[in-house]
Amino acid sequence: MSDDLYDPPDRPLEPTNVQPLDGMEASDAIRDEVRMDPSGGSVGAVTSGGLWRTVGREVVRKKSAIIGMALLSVLLLLAVFAPIIAPYPPDQVLFDEGVSPRDPPCIHLFGCPEDQPQHILGIDGNGRDYFARIVYGSRVSLLAAFAAVLFAVVWGTLIGLVSGFFGGWTDNVLMRIMDVLLSFPSLLLAIAVVTVLGPGLINSILAIAIVTIPQYARIVRSSVLSIREQEYVSADQALGVSRWRLLIHRIFPNTLTPLIVIATLGIATAVLEIASLSFLGLGVQPPTPEWGSMLAAERNQVFTAPHLVFFAGLMIMWNVLGFNLLGDGLRDAIDPRLGR
Amino acid sequence: MTVQASDDPILEISGLETYFFTRDGVVRAVDGVDLTVGKGEILGLVGESGCGKSVTSMSVLRLIQNPGEIVGGSIRFRGESLLDLSEKEMRAIRGDRISMIFQQPVGSLNPVFTAGSQIAEVYEIHEHMTSKESKARADEMLEKVGIPDAERRAKAYPHELSGGMAQRVMIAMALAADPELLIADEPTTALDVTIQAQIIDLMREIRDDLGTSIIIITHDLGVVAEIADRVAVMYAGEIVEEADTKTLFADPKHPYTKGLIGSIPVAGLRREWLDVIPGRVPNLIDLPTGCRFAPRCRAREEAGLTICTEQRPELRTVEGEHTVRCFLYQEEAR
Repeated sequence: MSDDLYDPPDRPLEPTNVQPLDGMEASDAIRDEVRMDPSGGSVGAVTSGGLWRTVGREVVRKKSAIIGMALLSVLLLLAVFAPIIAPYPPDQVLFDEGVSPRDPPCIHLFGCPEDQPQHILGIDGNGRDYFARIVYGSRVSLLAAFAAVLFAVVWGTLIGLVSGFFGGWTDNVLMRIMDVLLSFPSLLLAIAVVTVLGPGLINSILAIAIVTIPQYARIVRSSVLSIREQEYVSADQALGVSRWRLLIHRIFPNTLTPLIVIATLGIATAVLEIASLSFLGLGVQPPTPEWGSMLAAERNQVFTAPHLVFFAGLMIMWNVLGFNLLGDGLRDAIDPRLGR
Repeated sequence: MTVQASDDPILEISGLETYFFTRDGVVRAVDGVDLTVGKGEILGLVGESGCGKSVTSMSVLRLIQNPGEIVGGSIRFRGESLLDLSEKEMRAIRGDRISMIFQQPVGSLNPVFTAGSQIAEVYEIHEHMTSKESKARADEMLEKVGIPDAERRAKAYPHELSGGMAQRVMIAMALAADPELLIADEPTTALDVTIQAQIIDLMREIRDDLGTSIIIITHDLGVVAEIADRVAVMYAGEIVEEADTKTLFADPKHPYTKGLIGSIPVAGLRREWLDVIPGRVPNLIDLPTGCRFAPRCRAREEAGLTICTEQRPELRTVEGEHTVRCFLYQEEAR
């Protein structure tokens, strides 16, 4: 309709119509992908079964996604089966079993004397089994990161949908609030929020969520802005679909693909930030096992008992790396124009 | 074969004015358009890009968006004034009693939903059916528009459909609620020629079987000759000529219509040059005073008319139902 108006052609009776430009929208990309895919064989196929299956098929072809998923499944198994895997409860003090603080790892298989109790990652400063604490730490880390991202995604999506769809005054107010949030370095803002709310697991989750809301709000808003101009939205309006139904049932599902990629990468950041807050003593409080606070507790012993710093740090890295690789793989699968 | 228009029209547009208030000025996209569509009639609305034909159709559905606005005239649908309805009442009409199909069939389908579910949604919105009922009806509808193996295609996503197939799905969506008026905005432009013919046949069948009135908007005179009962030619936001299809093609009056028909290459006819209309569509912000076609009009120069650049001609009847907006056919102007 509008190009009819603003694009008078130089010849009368233009025989062909200009195809719409290649949009930046992810679902477009998937559609293109299906067409161009040389090996998938889905060109012209009637039932290849949906966008998600296409993405799924593409993801398992990406090496980085596979490695990421492998790293994360190890963590997930640790978290789910922690009581079975860990030989001791995470906060049991084992001094009466003949250990001393900061004992180095003792593994019988690798030549540790049989008369000593086996602790594969050693003993921490308070006489607790370090392996058990590392294992239970995965629960806290994963849960906190998921919760923070979920909270941020839900609110960010709501804000993004509303401001992208309704525009004008609402959009302006919401986006300016987001700009204010974005103008602080995220960790600094999270520290400020925790300082106000008080330290603790729930509050640090909230803090990290609040800090990351603008990211999701912006992504969703920009998707909505481009989707709103698509012809299928006009078609839906011409069919009598109401504004809210249009927004929730028609536009929202189309914003999901970029959102999922950003959220996956966002979990990696959240893991790091939870650990950072805990390291600073603002997050998870002892005796709950959390990698960041475990790192902080033993940081002065880095030369005398390096295992107590090394393994906690390794786990944080493991977790972040897993989500980053998975997120990259997802992004490549969803947008074939990047990674090929 | 043709169903004659009954006396009381389905749609009556009179003096419609839709303007776009842009930063550069007011774009008078539709400027005083009168149109009537009878029951079971197929009206062809022809004109080159930018002449306001799509804006006219969007005005009927009241889907003109900022900075556009319907500033004048009336649109009566079965005697009811559409411009006076609330947004909610209007929504109940869209897709149910008046529906529309678009130029880009694949782009007009939501990429994340299956074809079947998009048709089913029309039933859910307008007929308040349960999802199971509506799915069954959607399959039926797909069969009705000539999609083989409908049940399987219903599960296909838009990107898995060919252009012709997608256009059939669009038509199925538009017809789902059995509308009284179907507006087809360039329904065949994006399709192959063979598919075009199939879609045109399908639309004619729809009219014959269901008695649906159809407005077909196109710049393709071939399509119009094929399907329309009556043709209105639009130029720069106004109707310049209107007649039944046979008359219009046999005896075009307006120099613009003549130019359009003359610029179609005819198979088997050897000509050095194709007759083309010189110049281009006037800027809709800064319209010429007088006849809007005057700057491009050769007939005017040949006839030596000066009034064309000074006064705006009116739409006048020349013969029966044949109307034309041109001073060449007005005695007092010569």
